[in-house]
Amino acid sequence: MNVITPIGRSLTPFAARLSGLKDADRKAAAGELARVGLPTPHVEAWHYTNLRALSGRVFSAPAAGFDEAAAQKALAGILADNGGLAGLPRLVLVNGAFAPSLSSAEFPAGIVFTSFARSPDFGTQTAPDRDALVALNTALAGDGIRLSVKPHVNAGRIVFISLAMGLEEDISFHPRHAVEVGEGARLSLIEIAVTVEKHAGAYLHNPVLTSVIAEGAHLTHVKIQHEADQAVHLATVYADVASRATYDSFTLGLGSVLARHEVHVTLRGDHAGVHVNGAQLLGGEQVGDITSVITHGAPDCISRQTVRNVLTDRARAVFQGKVLVERVAQKTDGYQMNQALLLSPTSEIDAKPELEIYADDVKCSHGATVGALDEDQLFYLRSRGVPDAQARQMLVEAFLVETVDLVEDETAHVILLQALEKALTERVGAPEKTA
Amino acid sequence: MPAITETREQVEKLGQSSYQWGFETDIEMDLAPKGLNEDIIRLISTRKEEPEWMLEWRLAAYRSWLKMKEPTWAKVTHPPIDYQDVHYYAAPKKKNGPKSLEEVDPELLRTYAKLGIPLHEQALLAGVEVPEGEEARMPVAVDAVFDSVSVATTFRKNLAEAGVIFCPISEAIRDYPDLVKQYIGSVVPVADNFYAALNSAVFTDGSFVFVPKGVRCPMELSTYFRINARNTGQFERTLIIVEDRASVSYLEGCTAPMRDENQLHAAVVELVAMEDASIKYSTVQNWYPGDENGRGGIYNFVTKRGACRGARAKISWTQVETGSAITWKYPSCILQGEGSVGEFYSVAVTNNHQQADTGTKMLHLGRNTRSTIIAKTISAGKSDSTYRGQVKIMPKASGARNFTQCDSLLIGDQCGAHTVPYIENRNMAARVEHEATTSKISEDQMFYCRQRGLSEEDAVGLIVNGFCKDVLKELPMEFAVEAQKLLAISLEGSVG
Repeated sequence: MNVITPIGRSLTPFAARLSGLKDADRKAAAGELARVGLPTPHVEAWHYTNLRALSGRVFSAPAAGFDEAAAQKALAGILADNGGLAGLPRLVLVNGAFAPSLSSAEFPAGIVFTSFARSPDFGTQTAPDRDALVALNTALAGDGIRLSVKPHVNAGRIVFISLAMGLEEDISFHPRHAVEVGEGARLSLIEIAVTVEKHAGAYLHNPVLTSVIAEGAHLTHVKIQHEADQAVHLATVYADVASRATYDSFTLGLGSVLARHEVHVTLRGDHAGVHVNGAQLLGGEQVGDITSVITHGAPDCISRQTVRNVLTDRARAVFQGKVLVERVAQKTDGYQMNQALLLSPTSEIDAKPELEIYADDVKCSHGATVGALDEDQLFYLRSRGVPDAQARQMLVEAFLVETVDLVEDETAHVILLQALEKALTERVGAPEKTA
Repeated sequence: MPAITETREQVEKLGQSSYQWGFETDIEMDLAPKGLNEDIIRLISTRKEEPEWMLEWRLAAYRSWLKMKEPTWAKVTHPPIDYQDVHYYAAPKKKNGPKSLEEVDPELLRTYAKLGIPLHEQALLAGVEVPEGEEARMPVAVDAVFDSVSVATTFRKNLAEAGVIFCPISEAIRDYPDLVKQYIGSVVPVADNFYAALNSAVFTDGSFVFVPKGVRCPMELSTYFRINARNTGQFERTLIIVEDRASVSYLEGCTAPMRDENQLHAAVVELVAMEDASIKYSTVQNWYPGDENGRGGIYNFVTKRGACRGARAKISWTQVETGSAITWKYPSCILQGEGSVGEFYSVAVTNNHQQADTGTKMLHLGRNTRSTIIAKTISAGKSDSTYRGQVKIMPKASGARNFTQCDSLLIGDQCGAHTVPYIENRNMAARVEHEATTSKISEDQMFYCRQRGLSEEDAVGLIVNGFCKDVLKELPMEFAVEAQKLLAISLEGSVG
């Protein structure tokens, strides 16, 4: 019986750029990518999220340089919209390239910053063959940020803004970011991805962020993805968490026609703890995917995950959450909750929470619920004179805010709430379509 | 953690002695040559005296099978299977099909006696009238299938009086071709999956049940499957049709002798429930699981699916899976009729090197359909056990409801327990809930039992039985006892 390996999608969208590579690492990644192709729904990890949006297009590299005035204006707008960000040190990328003119010139002591373009390094933990999209990033990465916090330094908050602009033709950018938090140090990274102006061109934003959190260190990573519907956003995040270190992450997915936020967290040392939380509020034809793999590779670690999705129109959300407990990871405490609200008869949720457990002395559980707004709650509000649309918005807001409240960093919390409220008014505030 | 350490030692000590059904019956066999091709399929069809359409059906299945590839998504590993190294037809030699138990080879009867199958209604089959009270005492009709060939079906006369047809499917193909033709392959199409296509091409026997409108089947129906001959595959096919307002409860049990090499079992079970009909299908699966080093054992690749065609129809699957080297099995419900109900209750126990990837699929098509999934997984030794289940709510299934609970218990630190649910909801007026836990027997529970004077083994037994209670209580009473015994034997050493 000859077993045929599933053939992935063709690499035509990137073929020209993949063929001229010189660097050995990049060539290896491109070779691996050529072997597996871009994932199709036949690949288990991509069963629910189809990359056909990339087919039939050719994505060229973004042009060098950008409209400085437009970028400054956009940045000022973002800072004005998100009170609390203005005073913080920031890093800005335009179409995946680090833009010094938009970024802070100085960083507090104890923070070392360089760009990937100046000092390319693919990091230690991402084997390019692990995932086609990481291989694509490795092959084509042009720039990115590289941050490291020296041991025992409390680096405070850093804002990290990714702008997409000048999109006349189809482009793709593949920034490679690396964050290292030294022993006993702390850092809050607030990441915002936006599209500055709408144009005819579609674009692919394919970032890879690797983070290493040393013993006793703490990293907060909050991300707001609010790109326009001409964007395909496919992000992969790696977090390596050492003994007694903590990784506290939250992703808010609001934008892009197709978005995937894939997180791989590895608990490598004992007594480490992670939060891998997220929320998505999607409408129109959007597809939003939150995928995570949390690997307990050491004993006595704790992982917590809460993900909530709210869907209107014909939107579809995907949640895939795997908790892997290795044989050594005794006394693991893992909990995962995934909930979805469907607000329209044509929306869809596909969820695959997954436990893979090889240690016996563990406490692991997961839960998932899917449903519509609770009629009783709605009735309660209506009977007290709250108009229908407002009542619905209140309930949806409460549903999502509960997840945002898990973020401990105050500035990040406020910014998340603001972004959420704005999106709620756009998506749910309109008179409700009911079945 | 002395209790667990001790438990583990006992599990390790557990040899093959525990598989009581590992004997081989020396019986004259009618064996087709090894290998699979259109000629073999023609041979099977000829031997079974099948009509032409059945042969065509088989050949169509075979041709689509040739184009298919083995599924690889399950969390099981095994060396490649050589499908040409299997006998696709093995039958005990017989005259013209047993008309009574007296014509059945005595070796065979002894086999079933050893298995403890209630074939003592043999007198009835032999034409001896049984006193009135007798049959009420043991109201279970049994269809015994030996290497894919049905050798005896008991209580047929009584069932016929009630209007129930219960016979080998090969007989049904000859005697009720219209019924079979209408329903076979209607729930599991020939090209549904690799193993179902293989089964459709080469199945040799199995059970057929037809319960007409308004009839409540007067007794439990039961089939015992046994693989006996070496290098044979068992491919049985079961078809159960229950018409409006009718109901039936059906149980299957399975055993096989101990062998070094792996044997293939690829069955297909199709259930059809019409309006207000109810089918309860219980399985106690105890195929030979292989020895403590993972040698031998049955590869159990089974497709089971039920269709609730009419409004308020109900299909309930209950399974206790203790055997097989590899289990690949997902009894499913297609909930088509408005307000129809699907249930899945499962206990899967793996020990030594066993691998089980089992679960269910609930496909909600109709309005107000409901499904419940309760799956209990127990892993011990070096085994791996996976619950894999899909709940899919289609856009028209407004008011649909699903509740799923999966619990895993790990005994020892060399095993694995995994939970892989797929939840797909396309209707805002549906509600799906899923919860899963993984744990071990806690020291507190053990201490509580030990302190009250229970031995280590009894305590573990008590706790595990409690863990499985939600499922065991769904089994028909006669078999609940058997299942509990099986649980104990499968986990001997760790489960008292």
